[in-house]
Amino acid sequence: MYPIRRAEKLADKIYLMDVEAPRTARSAEPGQFLIVKIDARGERIPLTICDYDRERGLVTIVFQVVGASTERMAALGVGDAFDTVVGPLGRPSEMLADPDIRQKKVLFVAGGVGTAPVYPQVKWLRAQGVAADVVIGARSADLLILQGEMEAVAGGVYIATNDGSAGVQGMVTDVVRDLVQRQGRRYDLCVAIGPMVMMKFTAQLTRELGIPTVVSLNPIMVDGTGMCGACRVSVGGQTRFACVDGPEFDGHLVDFDGAMKRQQMYRTEEGRALLRLREGKTHRGGCGHCGGED
Amino acid sequence: MAGSRVPVREQDPKVRAHNFEEVCLGYDEAEAVQEAQRCLGCKKPMCVAGCPVGIDIPGFIARLKEGDAVGASRVLARDSALPAVCGRVCPQETQCEGRCVLGVKGEPVAIGKLERYAADTARRMGVQAEPPQEKNGMRVAVIGAGPAGLTCAGDLARMGYEVKIFEALHQAGGVLVYGIPEFRLPKREVVEAEIENVRRLGVQIETNVVVGRSVTIDGLLDEEGYDAVFIGSGAGLPKFMGIPGENGNGVFSANEYLTRANLMKAFSDEYDTPIVTGRRVAVVGGGNVAMDAARTALRLGAQTHIVYRRGEQELPARAEEVHHAKEEGVVFDLLTNPREILLDENGWVRGMVCVRMGLGEPDASGRRRPVEIEGSEFTMEVDTVIMALGTSPNPLIASTTRGLETNRWRCIVADERDGRTTKEGVYAGGDAVTGAATVILAMGAGKAAAKGIDAYLKGRKK
Repeated sequence: MYPIRRAEKLADKIYLMDVEAPRTARSAEPGQFLIVKIDARGERIPLTICDYDRERGLVTIVFQVVGASTERMAALGVGDAFDTVVGPLGRPSEMLADPDIRQKKVLFVAGGVGTAPVYPQVKWLRAQGVAADVVIGARSADLLILQGEMEAVAGGVYIATNDGSAGVQGMVTDVVRDLVQRQGRRYDLCVAIGPMVMMKFTAQLTRELGIPTVVSLNPIMVDGTGMCGACRVSVGGQTRFACVDGPEFDGHLVDFDGAMKRQQMYRTEEGRALLRLREGKTHRGGCGHCGGED
Repeated sequence: MAGSRVPVREQDPKVRAHNFEEVCLGYDEAEAVQEAQRCLGCKKPMCVAGCPVGIDIPGFIARLKEGDAVGASRVLARDSALPAVCGRVCPQETQCEGRCVLGVKGEPVAIGKLERYAADTARRMGVQAEPPQEKNGMRVAVIGAGPAGLTCAGDLARMGYEVKIFEALHQAGGVLVYGIPEFRLPKREVVEAEIENVRRLGVQIETNVVVGRSVTIDGLLDEEGYDAVFIGSGAGLPKFMGIPGENGNGVFSANEYLTRANLMKAFSDEYDTPIVTGRRVAVVGGGNVAMDAARTALRLGAQTHIVYRRGEQELPARAEEVHHAKEEGVVFDLLTNPREILLDENGWVRGMVCVRMGLGEPDASGRRRPVEIEGSEFTMEVDTVIMALGTSPNPLIASTTRGLETNRWRCIVADERDGRTTKEGVYAGGDAVTGAATVILAMGAGKAAAKGIDAYLKGRKK
């Protein structure tokens, strides 16, 4: 069992937990992910690693409630434990192996809960003496997470919200365009992590701006070790497996439209499980999702 | 005396097509004794030569003739840690039973069914593995708790080694738990019980450790103090055909489909993992994995087709699996090859374009090469496609271990006699070395490697 040592609600439906998983904490590097399973009947849920403490054997995860399983996770607290924590999975961030990284200007674009996996990379860069710029996007101010933590390790932190309740009103791409075209900043590398559609439009913009771009994908996955092939994604016309070849890929080569369609696959099934959880056996259909009419 | 085989009782096909209970019910005592009587007890038993782990087949059958199932199980335990598993999933017709002299003129002895009877009976009577008398103080790490790893670990533990298995998934068993379905191999009653027996020999199993990520082989040898390592990490990435539409929604690898159903128990409402059941399912491939996927889809309520590019004779699956699949209502579209998967506007499968095949001259595998028949294209109406085309090796371990060579198929290079790899103290066997094969071949490799590791460590001590 893997005990939960800290549990906090960061924003609406967004939670942070420190979990004791010594092997994962000892080997984790920025860019990698892990898989958790709540209990015997739970599903395997891939989550990016937000932070790690090798000495105390802790890994930090941040997740958003999107279905029945994450809703069950959100109900856990200190004193509870996960049945499974396995990791680190996937390849460490490519920048870790870049010998010239100290000379580079790096721009991060983080969307929503994607801010969590951006944090360890910015923190790692700070340890190398690089102060990266970070653009954080969220629907509104109350959904912003890790802003303070990010400000402590980044160069500049720029906020964009859909409703203008924090930072500028607009999309992250508006901020990126402003930084590069109006303020004349130059970047050698962009790392974008967030909702698929955000990564798609960020990659489109950076292609136009001529900035090499890395995106981190979090597709459907079962085992996470290279066995099931559920996480396959088309990159530059070739089928790749996010769990062993990724999760980072060249943002200018990823087939985002195909990837977005694949992400919808279990929407109905997830909806069903969520309804079962919320309404139990009392739910008798009529919702159009659960098939309770049958 | 020899006569014909004692038939084995099975669940009615119409009933079992709707449940996940075991298909084959096995022999009872009278049936087992009667079938055992058919064995001639050959002086030079060909069946033993056909067994990858060299079980003393006439020896255990002789005990059964006397009604001594426990004695028979002890004979089995000398060579196999997983007899109740092997009795159910080995391709006996090409191994032990394929060599049985009775098979020349009639039906061979039902060795698999007798093995299963002996192992099941001993387990039900509470017969347990006996832990070894003495430890020799040396430690071996085994990677993967599948058939190869469990066999290697069990044998080494019996020799007195302290053995720990590192398993990537949350449950031990490898393909026995994620791949082979419940209706062919019951998990709790059979698989967990046999793994428990391996534990009883003193083997420790640590789950949720991905070697190559959570820890490396070099780390196990240099930092965690293991004297040797056995790699039994199994098959790897599922293969796809490379045809258009393959990344569509409703296209799965058999690995994914079976893992959801078996390991994650998605077929049950009690579990959270979802599975797309589909109304009309095409399973592409003709091996055991294809049969397992097709029969699982059928049980989940789909009308199910096997699509295979060669003919009936060439189906690589066990004869019994093909027979069972047909009985249950799986439709076989043989000499048929997919060309394209058609998707609807939301990216979901709506059909599969196939072409009919004819059989030409034998190819390198000795099987007649399938050739496309021009103008024979047609569209199958399906909403789910499951690709069961085998696997290619997982690069994780090879790419993170210094000095471990792989061949041009990216399989780990290992001597098949003793499992020795190109790195000192590191042995390997099973699908990680051979590519996708069978449970029993992996067990044979695990066994050979246990002897190899023992010889290496004893030699090093001197």
